Amino acid sequence: MTQRVALVTGGSRGIGRAIAIELAHQGCSVAVNYTARADAAEEVVAAITEAGGTAVAVGADVSDADAVATMFEAVTEKLGRVTVLVNNAGITMDNLTMRMSEEEFDRVIAVNLKATFLCTKTALRGMLREKWGRIVNISSVAGISGNPGQANYAASKAGVIAMAKSVAKEVGSRGITVNAVAPGFIATDMTAALGDEANDAVAGSIAVGRLGTPEEIAAAVAFLASDAAGYITGQTIVVDGGLAL
Amino acid sequence: MDRSDVETRMKALLVGELGLEADKINNDARFEEDLEVDSLGVVELLMALEDEFGVEIPDDEAESILTVGSAVEAVIAKTG
Repeated sequence: MTQRVALVTGGSRGIGRAIAIELAHQGCSVAVNYTARADAAEEVVAAITEAGGTAVAVGADVSDADAVATMFEAVTEKLGRVTVLVNNAGITMDNLTMRMSEEEFDRVIAVNLKATFLCTKTALRGMLREKWGRIVNISSVAGISGNPGQANYAASKAGVIAMAKSVAKEVGSRGITVNAVAPGFIATDMTAALGDEANDAVAGSIAVGRLGTPEEIAAAVAFLASDAAGYITGQTIVVDGGLAL
Repeated sequence: MDRSDVETRMKALLVGELGLEADKINNDARFEEDLEVDSLGVVELLMALEDEFGVEIPDDEAESILTVGSAVEAVIAKTG
């Protein structure tokens, strides 16, 4: 089997970083996309390379169609055709709906939802030619249960679940699966910003009794990206330690 | 590119790559209705054309390519 090429958007930090490293561990060549933090992306590339894997960093604002096209061209040239796409890049701009600006709404939808569409559309061109592909959208429990202050974020994360189902139906007959992973509270910069008190309070409502790790999300993504998961499509795996129970 | 050359290569592509029946292929044949290619199959066909002839067919143009003949015309228009 030839080496598969994976592209992880927002792969320089947090959950994306763990996914990039795990996919490399599973034998993929990995393109680590970043928007601003080239140094962080290069650190991920170095970690993968030191472990004997293959990786490159690719900078691109994935909410921009031209930037996405250029990014895919660069990855194809450096590593080959992308057959594993992880739509992970995401931002939050929290505010009560009554206080949320149009700009806060639009920006979160652009980065979390529109970018998923743009990358999916572009990646499918290569996957259809290969007649094999794996797309995993990183959602959130907020996209299933909602969350106060996150009308924009929750809507975007519900959107990537519905998008996965729709695209799954379109391309299932071509050996391409499209799924979502919905993390609960995971220890990353995003949740650290909430403060220790808030994190302790959250841990009390999680059956497993602690926050999750990025590696625990990466494990679910790597499974969905594998050959073994070829009969799973249009699904959402909730990885939240029992938060939603 | 010469019209008959395009038509010949187009037909070879439709038969060889997409498994269509050679005797059903003519310029008036509609991909979905006559040749029973599904909508995603038409997308794949146009990608195969792009590869075969080294052209680029944008989405808005692709939507109007419904028959073998219109695909031939699109390729000729782009290859000169």
